[in-house]
Amino acid sequence: MVEATGHRMGSSHGQEQPAAVAHTDSHQEHPIKLYLVVWVWLFILSACSYLVDYFQLQGMLRWSLIIIFMLLKAGLIVAIFMHMAWERLSLVYAILVPPLVVLVFVWIMTVESNYTLWTRMTFFGAAP
Amino acid sequence: MAETTLSHVPPQMRPSGLRGVAADWSSDQRAFKNVSWGKAMMWVFLFSDTFVFGCFLIAYMTARMSTVEPWPNASEVFALHLFGRDLPLILIAIMTFVLISSSGTMAMAVNFAYRRDRKRTAILMLLTAVLGATFVGMQAFEWSKLIMEGVRPWGNPWGAAQFGSAFFMITGFHGTHVTIGVIFLLIVARKVARGDYDTDARGFFTSRRGNYESVEIMGLYWHFVDLVWVFIFAFFYLW
Repeated sequence: MVEATGHRMGSSHGQEQPAAVAHTDSHQEHPIKLYLVVWVWLFILSACSYLVDYFQLQGMLRWSLIIIFMLLKAGLIVAIFMHMAWERLSLVYAILVPPLVVLVFVWIMTVESNYTLWTRMTFFGAAP
Repeated sequence: MAETTLSHVPPQMRPSGLRGVAADWSSDQRAFKNVSWGKAMMWVFLFSDTFVFGCFLIAYMTARMSTVEPWPNASEVFALHLFGRDLPLILIAIMTFVLISSSGTMAMAVNFAYRRDRKRTAILMLLTAVLGATFVGMQAFEWSKLIMEGVRPWGNPWGAAQFGSAFFMITGFHGTHVTIGVIFLLIVARKVARGDYDTDARGFFTSRRGNYESVEIMGLYWHFVDLVWVFIFAFFYLW
């Protein structure tokens, strides 16, 4: 068991020497400024997406802006706040690639809901 | 447990990039080389939670696309009358800023935890918990406002009945996640403040010794809650 978790256990045994512990987590040492900058950007992006609604932008412009701001915010949170940018690629791919398959599900349900809407309008005579 | 051990390949010898992915996954050992089990399992949990919320949002999309009735305009439904005029979606915007701020304080708490700055870590975590509780409080206000206006899971005064069911389901599940996160935050903050991770004290639940990585694992959960809100905000409130 000690072998199994050797990496972390080793670091907690070495707590008499803080340097040994710091070495383990050295990739997590970032200046506080980085987080403040990301925080400010998240505020700006949120404000922008709120303004999309405030000025009542419509159509493709509205949807593309919403998606762009959403993806930028999500990217900043995952990459910087969740430290994904500093993880090995084997973890990054394992976590981030499979959720993309959800897009296939989105496509399937788009087809399905178009069909449902068509049957409702055709057979229940409830034109929108 | 021998099959899970790491070989003695020193970290700097591990290949990087795609070659590293292939090497890590085909090593006949644990695939996540420099990540502890606690952190890997939190990622796996969040990964599964992604699909839960993904299904909710897809269900909402399906309901909204297939209904023949008009979908209520979120901009008007969630408007508040402030300063003598109707501000669209203002409460949701404030909730978004509160949650993002809590994510910022959490990220700094993780940073201070790795510097073994107990006091600052605990204060920042408590601040995160307060902001999270504020968020839940505003959500409770929003729910009661909508319920008083007649929104129910089976109908509402403005249009498609599915609006209520999607709203209560999605924000309810997200609010539950925030509430659990606040409790989780208070527990970890207490441990940090008491110095449990410095004295190697055993936890009350698993009786295992913790370390400051718990703060980072807690942080992963909290940022995920914020991440989900980014998607809910875009798809449910703004779309």
